[in-house]
Amino acid sequence: MAKSKSAYSVPGKIGKIERHIIVVWVDNEAGVLARIAGLFSGRGYNIESLAVAEVDKKKHISRITIVTEGTPQVIEQINLQLRKLVPVHKVADFKRGEKDILFRELALFKILGNSKKIEKVKKICKKFNPVVLDKTNKSVVIQVTALRAEIDKLALDLKSLGLISTSRTGAVAMTKGPSTFN
Amino acid sequence: MPKLLSGAEIVFKALEDQKVEYIFGYPGGAVLPIYDELKNHKSIKHILARHEQGAGHSAEGYARSSGKAGVLLVTSGPGATNAVTALTDAYMDSIPLVCISGQVPTHLIGTDAFQECDTTGITRPCTKHNWLVKDVNDLSRVLHLAFEVATTGRPGPVLVDIPKDIQFKKGKYKFFKGTLKKKLNGKATHKISNSELDKFIDLIKKSSKPIFYTGGGVINSGPEASKHLRELVSLTGFPITSTLQGLGAYPGDDPQFLGMLGMHGTYEANNAMHDCDLMINIGARFDDRITGKVDEFSPGSKKIHVDIDPSSIGKNIKVDLAIVSDVTTLLKSLIKRFKEKNKNFVNSNKQKTAKWWEQIGKWREKKSLNFINSEKIIKPQHAVQRLYELTKNQDTFITTEVGQHQMWAAQHYKFNKPNRWMTSGGLGTMGYGLPAAIGVQIANPGKLVVDIAGEASVLMTMQEMSTAVQYRLPIKIFILNNEYMGMVRQWQELLHEKNYSESYTAALPDFVKLAESYGCVGIRAKTPNELDEKIKEMISIDRPVIFDCVVDKAENCFPMIPSGKPHNQMILGPEEEEEISDEGKILV
Repeated sequence: MAKSKSAYSVPGKIGKIERHIIVVWVDNEAGVLARIAGLFSGRGYNIESLAVAEVDKKKHISRITIVTEGTPQVIEQINLQLRKLVPVHKVADFKRGEKDILFRELALFKILGNSKKIEKVKKICKKFNPVVLDKTNKSVVIQVTALRAEIDKLALDLKSLGLISTSRTGAVAMTKGPSTFN
Repeated sequence: MPKLLSGAEIVFKALEDQKVEYIFGYPGGAVLPIYDELKNHKSIKHILARHEQGAGHSAEGYARSSGKAGVLLVTSGPGATNAVTALTDAYMDSIPLVCISGQVPTHLIGTDAFQECDTTGITRPCTKHNWLVKDVNDLSRVLHLAFEVATTGRPGPVLVDIPKDIQFKKGKYKFFKGTLKKKLNGKATHKISNSELDKFIDLIKKSSKPIFYTGGGVINSGPEASKHLRELVSLTGFPITSTLQGLGAYPGDDPQFLGMLGMHGTYEANNAMHDCDLMINIGARFDDRITGKVDEFSPGSKKIHVDIDPSSIGKNIKVDLAIVSDVTTLLKSLIKRFKEKNKNFVNSNKQKTAKWWEQIGKWREKKSLNFINSEKIIKPQHAVQRLYELTKNQDTFITTEVGQHQMWAAQHYKFNKPNRWMTSGGLGTMGYGLPAAIGVQIANPGKLVVDIAGEASVLMTMQEMSTAVQYRLPIKIFILNNEYMGMVRQWQELLHEKNYSESYTAALPDFVKLAESYGCVGIRAKTPNELDEKIKEMISIDRPVIFDCVVDKAENCFPMIPSGKPHNQMILGPEEEEEISDEGKILV
């Protein structure tokens, strides 16, 4: 399409897409996840993965970790829009690749095969804290924790070794060192 | 031990403590306990609408003209879904509304019960926050919090969904105040620093081509904000333009005022925005009807943006100085600081902006709001001008529907005070004006309230005339009747080769007879020479009036920034219409 000279609703220049991990502390009340997810879908933001659980039983605070992609402008809007929601206490925003942040995802793999194959599987998973949760003479359920890309690769490698089912969590994040995010 | 109250009693106790005088609503099965309790609370008057959307817009009109929150009471299911348009409208235009909806009893929630719907789910994207109250002991806290959320920070609608069994159940009542721990939307979290003010003042002093661009935030901040704005504009001697929502914050007939900006704004306002070297945005949000193509929006200017909502800043346009603040607070401290160090600035700076004012004068000479008047047929612009001339000497409140008539009203009716202009800007809701006028009249008894309407829009909520008659509200519905959905017709003429697809209403009612059947007064004006007399007659009648002003069917609303053109190239009138590119046609 030729360059439009229109004055209305012409998309502006699109900035560089970045991947961010956004951590939101919320009141654990009915509908709170729908509010967060609805904000993302309603404004056309992207959710790559989501992890949520209550972290403070007394104050009923849940911690939601969202992996998202967007231009710097969109990421800024996500932060500001989240802060406007009534049940939201605070919002932390980390760029993928920041040095002071730890990220982890957990995955469960079910693999069919004889003991020889399963030994091979364990070897491949060795770097990613493997735990065998269940074992029969023809199958194994193995748990690993790693980064997203590592799990992606692992799943690919395990395919030829009898991987029949994968279950994964979203990423969770935490800062390194003694300080916490305030 | 404190006395236990039923949920319905708690609702009214909370409304009384919030000093609510009027609620707009419509009864139904799931709110009957609340309606039953109404008789025991004489300080609260219920206004019975004819449709929940009407009740919602009335509450909006009430809120916008009074500065208080509007309260809406509807039943479950269809009652709540009918209110959604009004809630969304209030959300887009930042109007404080508290909607109380009935819900099926808690044990039936989720069973697809009669008149059940997921009200909090449906209204989540169109409210600042909403609550489903499942414990009667939570009710008073939630209701007071609802008022706080609706009226603080950037105002907006909230909804409290109360199941029927909770309305019967007994519980404790407590008046909660200031329960919101963090301030919403950044209000007051940010103290304005002197260095920010000095940067602001420095930009003012360096500029030779400045402009104030002000919006609804000035109105929402209260009448004091308008006073301060007038002072700042006169202290600086700078030109000022306003968005649709901001009209009235600055006097429309003042020589420093360039008129409204945007798609149907004046030639001088849009050109000044494009060419300025300093843009001072106070309480406006760089909406797409203002900016056009963002990459080419005011390319050479430094921009200051004052907004109470941090998410409004940098959303569409990057700015050089961003200040998160309520308008009144900011203007007060800015003026104080400015005056300390800049005595007689307006005169000493005259030289610097002289060329700029000269340029503005040249743009003004285009007289972009001019139209070719007729002696045979009433031109809609002429009708608005005559209405203005004949009502400007009394404190008049104007509401509108949405379309050509709305833009003509904004262009030709000059407002001198805030809270006198109620129009649906963000959502663009046809059918807004008539019910809004009802709310305005309730809040301002004895004042003249006119809905400048189009015949297509007004039919969407025409049933509310019955409400106006029931409560003896002498609202005037001034219909610019061209038998077309005028703005749709205009776009079809300019963008779709005059294919007037479905924009003509072939079977309109006789509005005079319609008025009579509602028990109000109908007036029709067909020619320019009878117009003044008929308008005077309308004003003098102390009853609701439907005024059928028969206008030119083919008139278009100019000036207009057409699709396919940069922002500083407007179409000024019919003689200047040009071809619009194919790419331009796909845009809205």
